[in-house]
Amino acid sequence: MKEAPLFIQHGLQLGNWHVPPFIVYTWLVMGLLIVMSLMVRGSLKAIPGGLQNFVEMFIGGLRDFTINTMGPHGMDYFWLIGTAAFFVLLSNLIGVIPGFESPTANLNTTGACALVVFTATHVVGLQKHGLKYIKHFMGPVLWLAPMMFFIEIIGHMARPVSLSLRLFGNIKGEDLVVGILFLLVPFLIPSVMLGLAVFTSLVQTFVFCLLTMLYISGSMEHAH
Amino acid sequence: MKKSIFLMLMSLVAVALSAPVALAEEAAAAAATGAVDHSSIYSWVALGSGLGIGLAALGTGIGQGIAANGAVEGISRNPGASGKIMTTMIIGLAMIESLAIYALVVVLIMLFVNPYKIFAG
Repeated sequence: MKEAPLFIQHGLQLGNWHVPPFIVYTWLVMGLLIVMSLMVRGSLKAIPGGLQNFVEMFIGGLRDFTINTMGPHGMDYFWLIGTAAFFVLLSNLIGVIPGFESPTANLNTTGACALVVFTATHVVGLQKHGLKYIKHFMGPVLWLAPMMFFIEIIGHMARPVSLSLRLFGNIKGEDLVVGILFLLVPFLIPSVMLGLAVFTSLVQTFVFCLLTMLYISGSMEHAH
Repeated sequence: MKKSIFLMLMSLVAVALSAPVALAEEAAAAAATGAVDHSSIYSWVALGSGLGIGLAALGTGIGQGIAANGAVEGISRNPGASGKIMTTMIIGLAMIESLAIYALVVVLIMLFVNPYKIFAG
């Protein structure tokens, strides 16, 4: 299948290192987020207008969502959740623009995000409970512990796999569907699929953040 | 309804059982002429891909239909809670959809990464 022409199709060449396109687009997303943050921070007003209003809308909504899902302790982890939300949202949406490719359409990016979340849940659990965190894996009754340990380990290992595969599959699948529709009917129908791609990007960001919050609050709570 | 499902399943079994006969004929014809035939393994890959994603879509359709059914009933009983119910429904739909996405990823691996080419010919 022919590849769609990307602006940075073959990546960059930095000395000996050939940078693949999805890393270049990750840098682009990082650059855009940093520039937006600096622009908003440089001109904070009490009565916001324009860009600050827009960003405050996002952050306010995210904050309410976090407090609804995780309770008031949730604000401690708001930095991680907010970063994940902004990064995943902008990465998903940037693929809708013709000529650009989503960094999250690559299993490497989504795997990295999922591994960060996985590490964060266990670090938070160990921080809160110390070595008694192992009780989370033991199950409700003590004599069931060996079997429950095995089952819980498998369940925990399935979490980063499912997180990364869900995000990757959704975004890559949308990319492929839009590409194939362009091959078949170049005229008006692909814009319908582009609308669906925007919707899927939003929903997948929402689901990723929700699952992150659920995993972190699950490892913060007391064992059974 | 049970009889039509039975007939559909039997026709599917008939297609699946006759596939090796049809595919073996091509492979035999190509081998008889001495050429190397790579098409036989790709026929199976195509069959597997189509069936895989089709069955995944079937299960997802049924599951998401049941989820939407519950959500619509909940909203009809209690229109004031429609915001929460719709949020929960969207989350449930995304969870169910992810199972079809796992099947899609396996099919994409079969089609594009093509790990079975070492067995071709």
